[in-house]
Amino acid sequence: MNAPTTMTSLSSASPANTAIRLRAVEKTFGKGESAVRALRGVDFDVPAGELTMLVGPSGCGKTTLISILAGLLSRDTGECIVLGHDLSAMRRDQLSAWRRDNVGFIFQQFNLVPQLTVAENVSVPLVLKGESVAASVKRANELLETLGLEGRGKSSPLKLSGGQQQRVAIARALIHEPRLLVCDEPTSALDAELGRRVMKLIRDRSHQLDRAVVVVTHDDRIFSLADTIAHMDDGLIRRVDRVQAAAVSAGGHGPLHNPDSNQT
Amino acid sequence: MFRYAIKMLFGDSAKFYGILLGLGFASLLIAQQASIFVGLMSRTFAFIGEVGHVDIWVFDPTQSYVDEPKPLRETAIDRVRGVTGVAWAAPLYKGLLVATLPDGKRQICNVIGIDDDTLAAGPAEIVAGSLADLRQPDAVMVQVASSQQNMMFPAELAPGAMPAPGQRIDPKGPKRPVQIGDIIELNEHRAHVVGLVKCAETFTPGPTVYTVYSRALTYAPPARRVMSEILVKATDGTDPVELCARIREQTGYEALVPWDYSTRTLGYWMRETGIPINFGIAIALGFFVGVAIAGQMFYNFTLDNLRYFGAFKAMGASTGTLLGMVALQALVAGVLGLGLGLGAVSAFGLNASGGKLAFKMLWQIPLIAAGAVLIICILASVVSMWKVVRLDPADVFKGA
Repeated sequence: MNAPTTMTSLSSASPANTAIRLRAVEKTFGKGESAVRALRGVDFDVPAGELTMLVGPSGCGKTTLISILAGLLSRDTGECIVLGHDLSAMRRDQLSAWRRDNVGFIFQQFNLVPQLTVAENVSVPLVLKGESVAASVKRANELLETLGLEGRGKSSPLKLSGGQQQRVAIARALIHEPRLLVCDEPTSALDAELGRRVMKLIRDRSHQLDRAVVVVTHDDRIFSLADTIAHMDDGLIRRVDRVQAAAVSAGGHGPLHNPDSNQT
Repeated sequence: MFRYAIKMLFGDSAKFYGILLGLGFASLLIAQQASIFVGLMSRTFAFIGEVGHVDIWVFDPTQSYVDEPKPLRETAIDRVRGVTGVAWAAPLYKGLLVATLPDGKRQICNVIGIDDDTLAAGPAEIVAGSLADLRQPDAVMVQVASSQQNMMFPAELAPGAMPAPGQRIDPKGPKRPVQIGDIIELNEHRAHVVGLVKCAETFTPGPTVYTVYSRALTYAPPARRVMSEILVKATDGTDPVELCARIREQTGYEALVPWDYSTRTLGYWMRETGIPINFGIAIALGFFVGVAIAGQMFYNFTLDNLRYFGAFKAMGASTGTLLGMVALQALVAGVLGLGLGLGAVSAFGLNASGGKLAFKMLWQIPLIAAGAVLIICILASVVSMWKVVRLDPADVFKGA
């Protein structure tokens, strides 16, 4: 991770292929002397079909950035185009509907509701979209099967291991086939091997379904699974490294060194 | 999502049962205390309601309630009979007298003396004997329910038997309920039990003893005025309310239809005693206990689930959907808690009916309890809803 690379120079994705386009985005919390400038004019592009990792020290603005690009938080200034929508122009209720239809979330703490079964947890995004509970649970069970959790649909999430819970969270994030997947420290609770397997699962899904994935992580054991790594510090993206070619051709996801970066 | 809201509520069993108990206890306290209050207050005018076939009660204008007779002159009844529209008027004696039982035990009794000729205002239900038996010498009829509890005779004495000279009756020996043929003394006058009756419990202590008016006067302490009230039947086609006005105008006595007399009696007890305040405090306590326990439990339940509500909000659930989930959880808990409380009150009432405890659950009481529980649920959920409304979906990334 030596040579810093600007985002502009790395915007290899064509506008049509760009899932996220942030320009000069600023965000300040608080007022007066206690004000904290979380983002100081971030430029950031994320192509569809790629897995982008957002790394940096605590307090550098990662969480603020993914909250803005996921439509959870409004920016103060700047341009914020996600999946073709100008989020800054949308009302709160419109943002809710947009997130419901387009964004999948994987939270650090999983946030699986213990009173619901595994399948019911997974079905939540479909139920929110108005699908019937029965149909949503059926679809959830099918998805769980593809993630190696067949027969666990009626279990309580509390009875699953950490890795299984994370796969349930992934299933919940994917069940409504969102065009953008936002993950917050998805491997922090997993061991190295399981973390890599989970990350590979997410990456493969993003490639297969042409979804944009943004992952906030401190876990350098999974960096090699990223297509792009954006380094944040002090409210800015300081450098973007291409780790793997964002090949869209089927099966072409081998680890490729990015000539734009000194680091793989 | 509403189905999932219910599962979230039921799934957290510790808090769910806590909320249920809080709401159940609140509705129990509110409905039970209200029912006892109504039952107790109903006893204040129960005697008025029990005297059937009477259109008007006439009494001293300064009399506040039915159990506070201010005797009238004997001539009063003739003055009332002279008012146009009066079909018949009958005297009534009502007073507390001391009865002495064969074992020497003394007992306060509520003695009712009804008209010798018409036997109007007789007991509502005769269990044994007939009303005409009151015309026998020294005849009285004794209330059964209370007599079984209060007027107990020595088991070793057969009905009608008195202790032989020198025979010592053990006051703590076995007892039996009063029976036809038993003999008691009322104010040192012999009274022969010729019938057993059932009548409503009244606010005055002791069993009710019926006899005819003329005999009641012999039991009562000597006085110039002894007639407690006058019972009036209006002629066909006469409006009782209008007749009341005429009686008031022409005799100077107060005259009221039974409903108004009951209301006057109830009003006296409500105004002049601390009973409503005491029960009101108990009912208010139930309400505040409900707010404190159920409200706190429900708020904690919502707080525990706030991270999940946050996740739902992040996933696109609208604030309205989340508020609906919280409201539904509160409503379901409220309905179940209310059912639990009212069920317990009903069981209590069934157990208490026929006993000494005053208990009367009017149809309005469950509605009042439901209203109170609804308010408790609203208060409890409003605070929780406020947390949900204020919830920032971005907090899910902060480990909220």
